[in-house]
Amino acid sequence: MTTSFIHPALILICGALLLPFIKDPFRKPYLFLVPFLTFIDVLYLSQHHGTYGVFTFMGDWTLTFGRVDSLSLVFAFIMALMSIIGTIYGLHVEDEWHHVAAWFYVAGSLGVILCGDYLVLFLFWEMMAFASTFLVWFNKEEGALAAGYRYLLVHTFGGLILLLGFVLRYQATGDLSFTHMDESNMQLYTWLIMIGLMLNAAVPPLHSWLPDAYSKATVVGAVFMCAFTTKTAIYTLARACAGFDVLIWLGVFMAILGIIYAILENDIRRLLGWEIVSQVGYMVAGVGIGTALAINGTAAHAFAHILYKGLLFMAAGSIVYATGKSKLTELGNLYSKMPLTLMFMLIGGLSVSAFPFLSGFVSKSMIISAGFEEHLLIPAFLLTMVSAGTFLVAGLRLPYLIFFGEDRCSAETRAQACDPPWNMTMAMAIASFFCIIVGCYLPFLYDMLPFQDVHYHPYSSYHLSETLQILALTALGFYFFKDRIGAKATISFDLDWFYRKGGQIFLWLARKPIQAIDTAWGEVYKVVGLSSLMTTAKFWGWFDWHGIDGVVDGTARLVRNVGGRLSRALQRGQIQQTLYFTISFAAVLLFAFAWL
Amino acid sequence: MIVNLIEFLKQRAQLVKLLCYIGIALIVFWSAVAVDTHHAHTWLEKIPGFWSLFGLLSCIVLIFFAVWFGKAGIQTREDYYDN
Repeated sequence: MTTSFIHPALILICGALLLPFIKDPFRKPYLFLVPFLTFIDVLYLSQHHGTYGVFTFMGDWTLTFGRVDSLSLVFAFIMALMSIIGTIYGLHVEDEWHHVAAWFYVAGSLGVILCGDYLVLFLFWEMMAFASTFLVWFNKEEGALAAGYRYLLVHTFGGLILLLGFVLRYQATGDLSFTHMDESNMQLYTWLIMIGLMLNAAVPPLHSWLPDAYSKATVVGAVFMCAFTTKTAIYTLARACAGFDVLIWLGVFMAILGIIYAILENDIRRLLGWEIVSQVGYMVAGVGIGTALAINGTAAHAFAHILYKGLLFMAAGSIVYATGKSKLTELGNLYSKMPLTLMFMLIGGLSVSAFPFLSGFVSKSMIISAGFEEHLLIPAFLLTMVSAGTFLVAGLRLPYLIFFGEDRCSAETRAQACDPPWNMTMAMAIASFFCIIVGCYLPFLYDMLPFQDVHYHPYSSYHLSETLQILALTALGFYFFKDRIGAKATISFDLDWFYRKGGQIFLWLARKPIQAIDTAWGEVYKVVGLSSLMTTAKFWGWFDWHGIDGVVDGTARLVRNVGGRLSRALQRGQIQQTLYFTISFAAVLLFAFAWL
Repeated sequence: MIVNLIEFLKQRAQLVKLLCYIGIALIVFWSAVAVDTHHAHTWLEKIPGFWSLFGLLSCIVLIFFAVWFGKAGIQTREDYYDN
């Protein structure tokens, strides 16, 4: 059996390593082929559950690369599918290193999803962090370099917390396997592992990296990033921390926080980033609830989310690609210039808002229902409230401010605005197709979910009426109050203030008070220290001249005399003789060394 | 095609608005009268039109809270982090 297992990440990594050598006209077919083969591999694995790729490492550690079960497969399936869509979206990108970084990033994600122990998890975890940083750095826009560094530092910090956690766990239990942790026995290492995983899921207060980095990534890079990091983290949380009560409240708080910031946001990709925070909040809450229905809901929502959020980021990316603008204050009334982009953004926006017959409708409600079933009424009602907010932001505010309403574009922006090239349009069409399929044909998604004995029927008349009422009345509310949440040229303070301003405060401290102390100390030293030092130095100078030099000079004279005679005897100007003496001496030395 | 449709609807804005209002009213009416609330989780949900009220209030609360939150010092000028 082991021989038939090819790790999907391996295909992407090999593909990425070969990519720089593939030239036109084979480049575009190759770009499509590699993620496609990865997807086929995942489909093949879905028929062969089991544990593969087990190696013994350094004597007593067991590395597991391929744990193929129902939970890992649903995530692997959607990641592989998204890698195809993302690569098609980026077909026009000439820089092959961009594709290499993206594929390594996806490979990291697939590696984490299929791994069975913390060492392999950590390896792929860091691969994801490093590869994705390049997707930010490849953006030439101002501020992207700094944003990339912040992203990398935050993720390195998270990686270290995770490392600390599982090393402590190994020390305490001797176990490195990546399995479910026990909530009734919370140790320091349990917390550390959970915090390390939570950072990648952007759970507050560890969330600020997400809108910061995603809004600064390249157009194509953001499409990849919006899918992989947080949802891979959700998978790991579902694996290790399912049923941890603290996650329910963190998830609810996260959902509300994300939507509040999204309502205030001016940058379209930052707005979508905040909405990821909000939507991932549902999944974190689902993991916290931890019942079979909740875990099914989490997996389903992650699946649906990757598709519609990818679609929204692709549509937003098309706008940035065409106009170079990403602020709502510099866009508006573009429907006649970018009608296809409008259509795709609406499909994405309505999917995330849980419109009937679109993907969000069949996934989000599963988590809320699981909450109600566990009698967690307040979290369930709050999550329902956020779903109204989601429609408000992604289904109404975002398309309205970009495509309708007041025209805030400059003449240049208006002239540049047009629908994107064929490959970007095609990628959006594929993502839209899947959003609709997931919403309309239930077995497509539901048959993949980890707990098959739990049944859920989203298309009951009660659920339909609940959703339609919420959506309709939210639209009404938006109609009356839309001017209050219009485009405004502001940014919002967040917890990244502490490390963005913290660095500047450190610099100021270094420049002002620390510099002043240093100067004052220099003065004191000059007055008090220097004269005593001079006296001491004079004494040591005398001692050096008369004491040490006498001894050293005497020795030197002795060596010169002996050396002169010796060299006259040994070196008679003939190279053979010199070599002979040298080699003999070396041989004697070697012999003495070997013999002793 | 999409542009034509939007232009078509824009020219008949009043009619579209009226149809939307009728649509909302129909949804609320249908929910209050015809939908079986047997599967509701709480007694609150059995109040006719509960989710309509909930949706409207959610929307208004979120908008006003966000605006208040932004004005309370969270929103700042765009070049704040520039040196």
